[in-house]
Amino acid sequence: MPILSVSGLKKVYDDIVAVDGISFEVASHEIVGLLGPNGAGKTTTIDMILGVLKPDAGTISIGGLDIFSHRSEAVSRTNFSAVYTPLPGNLTVVQNLRIFGRLYSVNNLSEKIEELLARFDLAKLRNKKCGVLSSGEQTRVSLAKSMLNSPNLLLLDEPTASLDPATARDVRLKIREFAKECKGGVLWTSHNMYEVEDVCNRVLFLSHGKILLEGNPKTLPVEYGKKTLEELFIAVAREPLSLEEN
Amino acid sequence: MSLNRILTIVLRQFYLIRGSFSRVFPLFAWIGVDMILWGFLTRYLNSVASSGFNFVPALLGAVLLWDFFGRIMQGVTIAFFEDVWSRNFLNIFATPLLISEYVSGLVLTSVLTSLFGLLIMFVLATTLFNLSFFAYGFMILPFLLVLFLFGISLGIFGSALVLRLGPASEWFIWPIPAIISPFVGVLYPISTLPDWMQSISRILPPTYVFEGLRAIITGKSVPLISLVLATVFSFIYIFLAYLLFVKIYHSALKSGLIARYSAESVS
Repeated sequence: MPILSVSGLKKVYDDIVAVDGISFEVASHEIVGLLGPNGAGKTTTIDMILGVLKPDAGTISIGGLDIFSHRSEAVSRTNFSAVYTPLPGNLTVVQNLRIFGRLYSVNNLSEKIEELLARFDLAKLRNKKCGVLSSGEQTRVSLAKSMLNSPNLLLLDEPTASLDPATARDVRLKIREFAKECKGGVLWTSHNMYEVEDVCNRVLFLSHGKILLEGNPKTLPVEYGKKTLEELFIAVAREPLSLEEN
Repeated sequence: MSLNRILTIVLRQFYLIRGSFSRVFPLFAWIGVDMILWGFLTRYLNSVASSGFNFVPALLGAVLLWDFFGRIMQGVTIAFFEDVWSRNFLNIFATPLLISEYVSGLVLTSVLTSLFGLLIMFVLATTLFNLSFFAYGFMILPFLLVLFLFGISLGIFGSALVLRLGPASEWFIWPIPAIISPFVGVLYPISTLPDWMQSISRILPPTYVFEGLRAIITGKSVPLISLVLATVFSFIYIFLAYLLFVKIYHSALKSGLIARYSAESVS
């Protein structure tokens, strides 16, 4: 059974179709890249999977549980980190991890927090308020939060956008470890195509709310006559119709 | 419902209050200011009035009970505003937390913070101005209960409005107690009011508290039915306010407001 199953998902804002009937799955141990230009519908899709945005049509199930009819149970199997959603700046790192750990009903929470503080190099910052941390440090705290409940499905919206190259590489390594060692799957959005090629097993290209292309990031560019994934991305962004015809 | 998650909402507020003098100060500051102002005013009135009427339980007591009501309401709304101010909706509503647990957590936070305020109020009123709340007898308990329940209902209502209208609308919430106070007769009997205002007074639970308070001071009894009515009204208002909050929450899930909550996104 897939970890995440999305079927016929649609979201319309007034007369703008943000997500247009997309269907896809994420399997256990799989890292899937959700790619596309700004406004393609990536974040809207992630918000719907998180249960904070209600779709106009379609279904989402996590581990076989429908996100809206079994919300609490389904959501307890997910977690997320998004560059635009830092944790409350008025609580310390440990306080934030404790609050969210309790909300996700994490067992042995204190031990888990210590493990994550060590894994994300946050031990020295444990009693600092999150609001005074650098953007890179805040991202690491958010990633630590996202792994508190060892989720079946990890949703990452541009998780390395504010990180320096060395830290970004460490984070990619940790997420790969997560997918390999835990039974979870990862849905990842990024605008860094080198990173996507390095990390993702499979990518979905979104354009105007539809999945335009799907495949292995290492072989997909060649299939569409492009040298790199970045070239393919630019083609999706500028000439989506030409790719649809292929 | 998970008690653990409800208590977590309270724990978050405890962390915030514990680490911030500016959050602790308002818990007793306004009560202290009102006590000094009204305490000396009532002492002065007692000295110049020829009737021998004791203004302390009539005015100071009423003002302090009204402060208690305001603290209850603000206890709920401020706990909610903490999530507004820190733009925490996406984080918190993407967890398994249910909306009923969230609202229960806000209410429990308000109970604890306002009990602290109530304690300070009792101590100061007794020691500084010789006002004993036991002067009202056991009726003080249903009076506090009604004010407490109505404060909760307005706190949930205010939070629902801000959820719907956006962070800038918090200014609609702060004056609510001041707008209600002329109708509920905190300082005067509602018979003083014109008929149309009295009609509104009768559906506001605090009216029965302050009318009852004056009845006790003048040696009359408080009709039991009025307290039952006030309690029933309060529960109805809590129920309606909660329904409104849930309706707005579901509407926000549909419109994308929860995921993109900011002043800009809702104005």
